[in-house]
Amino acid sequence: MSHLEDYREVVPKGTIDFLKRLAEQVKGRKILHINSTKLGGGVAEMLRSDVLLLQDIGIEAEWQIISGTEEFFNVTKSFHNALQGQDQHLSQQMFEAYLEVNRENARRLSFDAHYVVIHDPQPAALIESRLTQGKWVWRCHIDISRPQWKVWSFLKQFVVNYDATVFSLPRFAQRLPIPQFLIYPSIDPLSDKNRDLSTQEYAQILSRLNVPTDKPMLLQVSRFDRFKDPLGVIQSYRLVKKHHDVQLVLAGGGATDDPEGETVLSEIREAARDDPDIHILLLPPDANLEINALQRAATIVLQKSLREGFGLTVAEAMWKGKPVIGSSAGGIPVQLVYGVTGFTVNSVEGAAFRIHHLLDNPEVMTKIEEDGKEYVRQNFLITRNLGDWLALMNYLGRTS
Amino acid sequence: MVPKIAEHPFLFTGCWELREMLGRSARDEQQLLDVIEEIPLDSLSYHTHSFFLRHKYIAGPYPNDFATWAAIQVRDRVLGEKLGILDPYDFENLEVLRTEIVNIIDEHLSQLQIIPRVIYGEPFHFMQSRIIEVPTGLEAQTLTEFRKILASVDASVVYYHNFEAILRLGRRKGDFALWIEEQLDLPDLAQKISRVDFYMTSLESIRHRIIKLCDKSLGKETHE
Repeated sequence: MSHLEDYREVVPKGTIDFLKRLAEQVKGRKILHINSTKLGGGVAEMLRSDVLLLQDIGIEAEWQIISGTEEFFNVTKSFHNALQGQDQHLSQQMFEAYLEVNRENARRLSFDAHYVVIHDPQPAALIESRLTQGKWVWRCHIDISRPQWKVWSFLKQFVVNYDATVFSLPRFAQRLPIPQFLIYPSIDPLSDKNRDLSTQEYAQILSRLNVPTDKPMLLQVSRFDRFKDPLGVIQSYRLVKKHHDVQLVLAGGGATDDPEGETVLSEIREAARDDPDIHILLLPPDANLEINALQRAATIVLQKSLREGFGLTVAEAMWKGKPVIGSSAGGIPVQLVYGVTGFTVNSVEGAAFRIHHLLDNPEVMTKIEEDGKEYVRQNFLITRNLGDWLALMNYLGRTS
Repeated sequence: MVPKIAEHPFLFTGCWELREMLGRSARDEQQLLDVIEEIPLDSLSYHTHSFFLRHKYIAGPYPNDFATWAAIQVRDRVLGEKLGILDPYDFENLEVLRTEIVNIIDEHLSQLQIIPRVIYGEPFHFMQSRIIEVPTGLEAQTLTEFRKILASVDASVVYYHNFEAILRLGRRKGDFALWIEEQLDLPDLAQKISRVDFYMTSLESIRHRIIKLCDKSLGKETHE
């Protein structure tokens, strides 16, 4: 477990003392985070670190998860897809199953806190059971800029009862009668996924994963999900392979709330066929050290998502000094300032072109690696996220 | 010469900007103009002055959000340039600044046959600042102490005592220059600090320039 003081060496100067002063303004108040999974996915990872740091800085912080049936998680997966713009058929029975699980959880959970922060659509209807005087915030991590209207209308009836919402990007903002705040997600530089690895650790992990290091490595780390466009990545790799003898690693975890991963994984295996230079690694949800080692081993990191909440794997790779080529989905362009901290592309060909360009111009790669890391230090580390939450608590406290 | 000790110490205050989204956006320059005419002044401040708070270490390619959007997202570099040269500190208050921005866009559009719009880029999303003041608890009574603390504090302190002090609190010289002049009797240094160009740069760069001016002044004191 990392303490706030441990970050002093990696964050911008003055940050830690400043955060302590900011925390004094909300001392004695309790914040409760609620989401649907403790494992897998960026939200759970971020919450784990957030809660520990809030506690460390003197705020009473708690994290609870809702429990649900397989049917519930299938429904919320459909919600997730529909809110991100994919056509989904949702029956009345599915909406009722969603509400029933939320009501069951409401009976089980205690919401006794000054601030109750509900993450994503799965537990959004818990607001129905609001009894206490605390401020309720709906923190939406996914891209709802073009939602399927039926699902958003259903969800919106709950969202409008919150005191505020928090989105990861301005374009996710909706027409709502409550304040909407912007908080970029962040990475924890001291977590297993991002901390420095010793040479020995690094070598052992790569050997265990059976990933060779004799060829330049293109890497995409993401859940095996159609929105991450793994098939498009394979196509880009094949275009590059005509000119450079590279290997491609697709490393994906699953999340306990994502039942679709298996199907997508089969499609990727079929597309990769017998190419010995494509390595598909199905990693367990807690494979943080493995992802860390892979990102450090990569020559170029890709994040070619079609839809994205924010795409923190981009910041993770930049923090390790790797050049990243990403799509324009979600928060990827916020992290990749074109030509300065990385490159955004719009197609399979665009990704292949930029990979080719970087492999042929190592001096461009070096500059992007340096600027990218510094950019993450200033904007996407967990200490900035901590500050945003302390500021929001302060602001909502004032408006009581 | 014995360094002067201030009667009233300088109290360093930083700030945290909470970013609130207004849920309004513009896809073309006419919409941009229409919404700018209606937005709260806190939104105008967000997209012009507090741009610097979000670029603490690297200056953006254009010094405010309107210019950046026109040039990069709409790909109308002419409007980007016209808005980019606008220095918000030339204006008495935000309402006057709003009038000037509206005039620039209006005049620009009057010369065009079609309204430039985003095709591949992002719409302009209107936001507003919620600035939370954070006293750091640090105080200086001499120039040496001032310089030492300034070098180590969060960069938002530079923003608060200059940008925020000038814009919202009406202290036109900025807090650093004011204190150095009134409390340390160093009018030359105060004048040089008040003349530091805050526009087109980053907070770190401004901090660096002020520290250099302090060092020069301290060097003089030591040798005099």
